[in-house]
Amino acid sequence: MNLLGLIEEIEKADPEFQDRISPRRDAIKNITSFGSKVAIASLPFAFATLFKKAYGQTAITSVTDTLNFALKLEFLESAFYTTGLANTTLTAQFSTMELAYLNSIKSHEAAHVKFLQGVLGSSAVLQSSQGNNGTYDITAGGTFPTVMTSSATFLTVACAFEDTGVRAYKGAAPNLAGNQSSLTAALNIHSVEARHASAIRQLLFGRGITIKPWITGANDTGVAAVNANYAGEDNTTQNGLVITSLSGVSGTISTNAATEAFDEPLTPAQVLPLVTPFGVK
Amino acid sequence: MARRSFLRYAGAGLAAAGMLGAAACHKANPVVATGLDIGIGDTGILNYAYALEQLEAAFYIQVVATPYSGITATETARLTDIRDHEVAHREFLKATLGTSQAIPALTPDFSSINFGTRASVLAAAQAFEDLGVQAYNGAGFLIESGIYLGIAGKIVSVEARHASYIRDLITPGSFGDTTILDVNGMDQSKTIAQVLPIANTFLKTKVNASNFGYVAS
Repeated sequence: MNLLGLIEEIEKADPEFQDRISPRRDAIKNITSFGSKVAIASLPFAFATLFKKAYGQTAITSVTDTLNFALKLEFLESAFYTTGLANTTLTAQFSTMELAYLNSIKSHEAAHVKFLQGVLGSSAVLQSSQGNNGTYDITAGGTFPTVMTSSATFLTVACAFEDTGVRAYKGAAPNLAGNQSSLTAALNIHSVEARHASAIRQLLFGRGITIKPWITGANDTGVAAVNANYAGEDNTTQNGLVITSLSGVSGTISTNAATEAFDEPLTPAQVLPLVTPFGVK
Repeated sequence: MARRSFLRYAGAGLAAAGMLGAAACHKANPVVATGLDIGIGDTGILNYAYALEQLEAAFYIQVVATPYSGITATETARLTDIRDHEVAHREFLKATLGTSQAIPALTPDFSSINFGTRASVLAAAQAFEDLGVQAYNGAGFLIESGIYLGIAGKIVSVEARHASYIRDLITPGSFGDTTILDVNGMDQSKTIAQVLPIANTFLKTKVNASNFGYVAS
């Protein structure tokens, strides 16, 4: 464990690190004399204590808040599929294959809820804190009045939920950087939301709607009510590189391919207004 | 850098000559990498992604160039889209790495794939897409730069969309079945050391990750 190297690395990532540990500044700067007073074997532990004091609750809460935010979204998605698939007016309109797809997704969302609750333990938010004592308004305040009577509307909302879920995990992932288990778990859920989004889009395509498994341009669902869910998906510049100026198979990469090839994130602050009408708090 | 590259290539040549010796006296001979090494740090991870995207792009370029028997118009359109996404990923990573950092173009070995049959092509496509998802998910925590972590996130969900589509082409509804997801309904990320041996079976130039615990034997 190269403590001095590690401190330099932390300072690169966090220029205020020295200020955070101000009272212990001398100890850090004079790490060799610090070491002479502490058994070498306990150095990593001593350093961990300093680190914890420097960042304290902030870092821990950030991870917890992020996972709880994910849990709130999973509560909503899980409730959406559970409610829809318990509604016989709706289920009567789905084909056997569509029902199989939706039931599969429903079980995944329920599993995600359970997983996140397990990770968060006593820190997990309760579903009863959401919506009206845990019950959501699936119509989003009347934006989707037919969501529980029309299978077409239900699939449209499902598509928006899944695509937005992908964006939400993507936007929240940087909050988990440095936390191997939480970040990897979030990524392993994130890609499943993308599998779902692709699957729902395939169902919509199967019903004759012009839509691909991937997002072309911004809102490609044909439903204006979800424009905000797709805002920014038409981005064609990544890390300063204009994707449409890169070489393709013949000529340069097309605008459609450039937007489809990269899904765009939404920060928790951007996602919240999109799910508040359903009852997410 | 030039010196390091020279040593790397020199090592590659020596390794081929040393193979028999290594087999005869395993302990006495240190493992010497054959082929390329992705490097260290974020450059290493970007090269890792670049290697996988090169493989995927080359595969779909072949798929579209020599369509399998009975391919439908929709399948052609979707597979062409996927080809273009993989090429965009490949070119983006190549440009981001720059000529001094990027590994060279890799030569694929698709001899195990029958491009004439739908089953063979789609099975390979599924393997590549699922592997890509597992690879990006497993490497995420290794990325030091927030920007690159964000980019990896933008790419991996598109790979997952591909995986889902290809799986449903083979068996409708298998987009997230129990053969690919765990009991928590989550993808199962793979380490670099788990992914590269699989990728290398499709590459003439073997890719190593000596700084991430994998050297091709």
